[in-house]
Amino acid sequence: MTTNLPFSSPSKQLNRFSFWQSISIPWVVTIIYLLLILVLPIAALLVKSASLGLEGFWQIATTPIAISTYNVTFITALAAGLVNGVMGTLVAWVLVRCQFPGKKIVDAMVDLPFALPTSVAGLVLATLYSQTGWVGRFFAPFGIQIAFSRLGVFVAMVFISLPFIVRTLQPVLQELEEEAEEAAWSLGATEFQTFWRVIFPPLIPPILTGIALGFSRAVGEYGSVVLIASNIPFKDLIAPVLVFERLEQYDYPAATVIGAVLLSVSLILLLIINLLQQWGRRYAND
Amino acid sequence: MSIIINNVSKQFGDFTALKDINLEVPDGKLVALLGPSGSGKSTLLRAIAGLEEPDQGQIIINGQDATHVDIRKRNIGFVFQHYALFKHLTIRQNIAFGLEIRKHPPAKTKERVEELLSLIQLEGLGNRYPSQLSGGQRQRVALARALAVQPQVLLLDEPFGALDAKVRKELRAWLRKLHDEVHLTSVFVTHDQEEAMEVADEIVVMSNGKIEQVGTAEEIYEHPASPFVMGFIGEVNVLPRNASLFNYHAFEPHSSNNGHQEPVFVRPHDFELLTEADDASVAGTIKRVIHLGSEIQVEVLLMDNTAVLAYLNREQGQQLNPKAGKKVFIKPRVAKVFAGASSAASTHFIYGTGI
Repeated sequence: MTTNLPFSSPSKQLNRFSFWQSISIPWVVTIIYLLLILVLPIAALLVKSASLGLEGFWQIATTPIAISTYNVTFITALAAGLVNGVMGTLVAWVLVRCQFPGKKIVDAMVDLPFALPTSVAGLVLATLYSQTGWVGRFFAPFGIQIAFSRLGVFVAMVFISLPFIVRTLQPVLQELEEEAEEAAWSLGATEFQTFWRVIFPPLIPPILTGIALGFSRAVGEYGSVVLIASNIPFKDLIAPVLVFERLEQYDYPAATVIGAVLLSVSLILLLIINLLQQWGRRYAND
Repeated sequence: MSIIINNVSKQFGDFTALKDINLEVPDGKLVALLGPSGSGKSTLLRAIAGLEEPDQGQIIINGQDATHVDIRKRNIGFVFQHYALFKHLTIRQNIAFGLEIRKHPPAKTKERVEELLSLIQLEGLGNRYPSQLSGGQRQRVALARALAVQPQVLLLDEPFGALDAKVRKELRAWLRKLHDEVHLTSVFVTHDQEEAMEVADEIVVMSNGKIEQVGTAEEIYEHPASPFVMGFIGEVNVLPRNASLFNYHAFEPHSSNNGHQEPVFVRPHDFELLTEADDASVAGTIKRVIHLGSEIQVEVLLMDNTAVLAYLNREQGQQLNPKAGKKVFIKPRVAKVFAGASSAASTHFIYGTGI
């Protein structure tokens, strides 16, 4: 991923030449810190699972129960990310563009899923969405069970991933030039054309970034899901809960292997997020 | 393609942005709306564009009442101070935007875009993004984008305001040249009197939501209609009527009945400085001399403690050889009095004491 700025290559050369000069105290501290906090746990996980050998690893990683938990985790998280991609964009839009009483409170509330212990979130959601809960009772007559089903997992994931997309989008929306919209009108564009051709395209990268962030957060979610799901294999058991169950059974290799799979997928996702962000900056001010 | 504005008023809450504006922009002319910030010039431009709806009055573009016509249907070109280019589109796509909206055939659109790229002298840069261009280049792209749809009128809101001095001067000359080629009825907003005088066929001076004067640069400078215009266009000394300086001066027009309160306006280069007294001059002492190359600014303190600022050209400067502390004799060549003007109106002006 390189930007098409004509001056990017000389600066790269400069970086290479100045590598040895870049070793400074902050650099050293950063590297040691990252090694301890980030690299060491990941390495330990990978080393542990590598000790099983490729065949053993593959066998444990692809047991039917493991596959089903990947399915539940990734597909439900993706659905939650996509729903928030639309709804979170709307929330961010309203928070930036509309004036209404209590806006500050609503704005602060968006961060609640960041701060609330996930166990509390799970407890509240499970109560609300159970057959007799405030929300769940309206769905029960139609035979729709939310809590203790895959739908419940989805609800919990939507809850915890919402702030990611809203907070990613808000600053971008704030920076949108109103004059660009006026320019589009003066050129004859309707509201609809102005939205799709002028406002929306610059929002695509942050929306994608927000979806990816929300998705990876949902993949990693444990506390709220374990409470709102029935945790039955092949139904609504997610991979992080399976890891915990394997640990409880002293099946360390299985826990490690499933953990390594989750880790690899998350790493790949975060890489994609980074690439998306770079792509989003391709026409940004330098 | 003339623009006629009849009795237009606009209020923003308690603030009156436009008060009963009447103005005609003749076909094919380039007109400047000139005034300080808050004078209503931008609001007037945005009302012509359809970005603001007037509370009262009528806007007629090309013979048709456009007062309540949506901006999209007015067929105007609008250029913004901060370019307002579409950042995610290339220069070519920016220029083509209006044509694509109007569903021009792609081949014709392409042709027109290339034509405009060469008009704004950016032929090689069509595939760049706006962030890769300089400010002056971006503003030219914004202009090309506005011109692409062949608007009836071109409206520019402080088009050079965000550019540095050198680029601004270049672009000004370029815009004037472009207008001479295209002859599109144009209105541009500026707070820079030099810019207005250099570029516009006609200048509309505004203050406090009202039009103070309409005229060519020369008319406005030589025959200002109000103290405000005299002070805003060029520098001026505002002096008390009873200053000793005017003992020998016959005013034109003669002041009204209570005339002696009205301040007198004298341009700094309308003073004559002499080394020896004559029958119409008063004595004073030079306090300060500023050399600006082609011009020398001299501050003179008169015997009655009135301070005046006089500008000399090089020749006059060499004759007089002004030095701080030197005694000189000074008389006004031209002095102007506005009937009914109060001294309060003069607080704006650059120079003068004793009022």
